Amino acid sequence: MKFTEEHEWLRIEDDIVVVGITEHASTQLGDIVFVELPEEGQTLSKDDEAAVIESVKAASDILCPLDGEIVEINQAIIDEPSKVNDDPMGAGWFFKIAPSDLSQMDDYMDENEYNKLIS
Amino acid sequence: MTNDLVRTPLFELHLKHGAKMVPFAGFEMPVQYSLGVLKEHLHTREKAGLFDVSHMGQVILRAKSYEQVAGELEKLIPMDVAGLKEGRQRYGFFTNDAGGIEDDIMFANRGDHIFVVVNAACIEQDVAHMRAHLSEDIQVKLLTNRALLALQGPKAEDVLAEHHPAVRDMAFMDVETLPIGGAECWVSRSGYTGEDGFEISVPKAAVVDLTNSLLAHDDVEFIGLGARDSLRLEAGLCLYGHDIDQQTSPIEAGLTWAIQSRRRTGGGFPGAERMQEEIASGPAKRRVGILPEGRAPVREGCAIFASETATDPVGTITSGGFGPTVSAPVSMGYVQTAYSANDTVLFAEVRGKRLPVKVAKLPFTGPNFKR
Repeated sequence: MKFTEEHEWLRIEDDIVVVGITEHASTQLGDIVFVELPEEGQTLSKDDEAAVIESVKAASDILCPLDGEIVEINQAIIDEPSKVNDDPMGAGWFFKIAPSDLSQMDDYMDENEYNKLIS
Repeated sequence: MTNDLVRTPLFELHLKHGAKMVPFAGFEMPVQYSLGVLKEHLHTREKAGLFDVSHMGQVILRAKSYEQVAGELEKLIPMDVAGLKEGRQRYGFFTNDAGGIEDDIMFANRGDHIFVVVNAACIEQDVAHMRAHLSEDIQVKLLTNRALLALQGPKAEDVLAEHHPAVRDMAFMDVETLPIGGAECWVSRSGYTGEDGFEISVPKAAVVDLTNSLLAHDDVEFIGLGARDSLRLEAGLCLYGHDIDQQTSPIEAGLTWAIQSRRRTGGGFPGAERMQEEIASGPAKRRVGILPEGRAPVREGCAIFASETATDPVGTITSGGFGPTVSAPVSMGYVQTAYSANDTVLFAEVRGKRLPVKVAKLPFTGPNFKR
């Protein structure tokens, strides 16, 4: 699993990458009340705005960590945004992307490096 | 920078209860505790929430008699101060010559003096304003030896009655001096949540003990500024500097009810002409509730349009977020009077998209006061 400085996690499943926000991010944001996700089939570039999260406190943008095509979104967190707080690293995933250049993953931190960032 | 922030006497206790502290109006205040904003909000509506509001300014106005102080204060606020009975409190606001609002306040007739509570961000300005414009006979004293607590929610009466049974006999906006935990407390039945509850001015030396004994009750939780904001928003209450400010008039803000009839006709306060004109002819814009039709919160600063394609906005959101009790996003803002009728469909611009919203009656919840 890889981590971005924007507190996203990326997990490779075969040829696609699952993206979500970290436990640390979900705790910092507080109770999440609204999630807006990209559309399936949408092609995004790295650092494009991919999703929006609104907590009781504020709105935050989620940037697309990789170039690629969105192949699946997690409708469950749109219907029930609190799922992101309940299980940010699991059932609270955001979207799956088919990356056009998997080597972009190398830019990101491993778990040890990320833990250092948030400590 | 952080070192310049003022801490209330409850600072250490906030940390002990898992508070996340943030700068607010020059104070270091708890925005939430370990429960989190959503659960703190719901707890207050279901049981009782305890708020440290010691950042607010507590001011005493004193002269030879209540009548003399009241007559002077009426020069600065459009309220009937003289007609306020002993042991009663009113909502009010300082107005300016342009008919805008300088600060909103609570003031009480405490027998031989007036007790005023002002917003933290306006303390210096309000005290200077009163010292400059009230006659020299009026002593304006900013209290530095008292803290302020708010206990809010349907269980507030039962909880506080364990400390002094007389609180059960208080009606909404009554004020009393009561010994609680050996300290002289000034208690009012009021608050900023839309719930029944009390605001308690307590000597700083006694506030930690009182807070601990209130928190020891199973029904009481500490509540931070985050939930205080969502509670007051659902209750349709204005936040100074956001929903009302130096430009907005009380009439536009829907606060005409707070200007008693003698003052509406008699005038004699800053901005009276504009207010009388707006009462007679109607204001150009009005504060309204705004219910987004979707799930996205529509926050302060969003422009409001009459249609999806209109180029000129007809209003602005001044407060907005998620309402935990409503279980949906709720907002308030100002719209041109022609668009202010309930159920009018408008569009708020959020991140470049026009989202449908509806003008809605305020408050969104309650109120649950004990009249």
